[in-house]
Amino acid sequence: MLDADFFRRWMTATTASVDREAERLTALDSPIGDADHGSNLRRGFTAVAATLEKEAPDTPGAVLMLAGRQLISTVGGASGPLYGTLLRRTGKALGDAAEVGEQELAQALRTGVDAVMQLGGAAPGDKTMIDALVPAVDALGESFAAARAAAEEGALATTPLQARKGRASYLGERSIGHQDPGATSSALLIAALAEAAGE
Amino acid sequence: MSVEKLVGIVLVSHSAAVAASVAELATGLAGGGTTAPVAPAGGIEGGGFGTSAELISAAAAAVDRGAGVAVLTDLGSAVLTVKALLAEGDELPAGTRLVDAPFVEGAVAAVVTASTGADLAAVEAAAAEAYSYRKV
Repeated sequence: MLDADFFRRWMTATTASVDREAERLTALDSPIGDADHGSNLRRGFTAVAATLEKEAPDTPGAVLMLAGRQLISTVGGASGPLYGTLLRRTGKALGDAAEVGEQELAQALRTGVDAVMQLGGAAPGDKTMIDALVPAVDALGESFAAARAAAEEGALATTPLQARKGRASYLGERSIGHQDPGATSSALLIAALAEAAGE
Repeated sequence: MSVEKLVGIVLVSHSAAVAASVAELATGLAGGGTTAPVAPAGGIEGGGFGTSAELISAAAAAVDRGAGVAVLTDLGSAVLTVKALLAEGDELPAGTRLVDAPFVEGAVAAVVTASTGADLAAVEAAAAEAYSYRKV
């Protein structure tokens, strides 16, 4: 069973990973975006880590709701409301249970990913974070390690795609040949989940 | 409808200068007499391009007169942040609506219409109608 501490470890591991990879995310966002994905997410997750430490929410749902709220407030770019919605809707789906099972998490995360698709209007294949998140959620029923591998594979598979959403979509065919920064940061989020689970 | 109950307008842009200038333009074109309350919410706190949920919430609270608030946005994260705040439920005043309209033309139409004392639905319709005005 997964308790609030597990979810705090997930968020802490994501913060550390985003901090480590911020420059790579921004470099990926330079040719097809506005070159701020790494710095925006770093600002957002730094605020998440600080808030979780201060407020110490004691259920899995509360941890994710609070983290999502911070991202909506502090990121400044489109990834703020998108990741914020992902975590908040996932947290809301988990309710106020003190512990949740892996299958419950998989199901809640699917609710979160559906909410992100609805908010951004993106579908798989549009070269967005959805291309990492959907395969990850599909594989989460199997194991955390499988979800991490699926997210990484999904992020890599965005390279040959043409962007149909967001700033990159204005570039048309010129977006082809670049890995999507949002799918890449989503793979970091899922890798941090596996790390929190010790997988 | 009494003048105290005008619909408020919030203008959300990635740029503080764009939001402030469009607010100034729309208010100026609304002409003499009472104009509807308008607040810009541009850029991120401390400067820089982007969208700030805090600035949007503060702007909406500032223009709320109890008759609803029409929010107009430019693109990308501005749209998504307002939608996310609306989904939160308690972040924006009751009767706040994201209006689907072109930013500059929609702002002018919204402020002029709101200044007549029109209700939120009429303000929204006037702003959305700005899409149908072809320039060529």
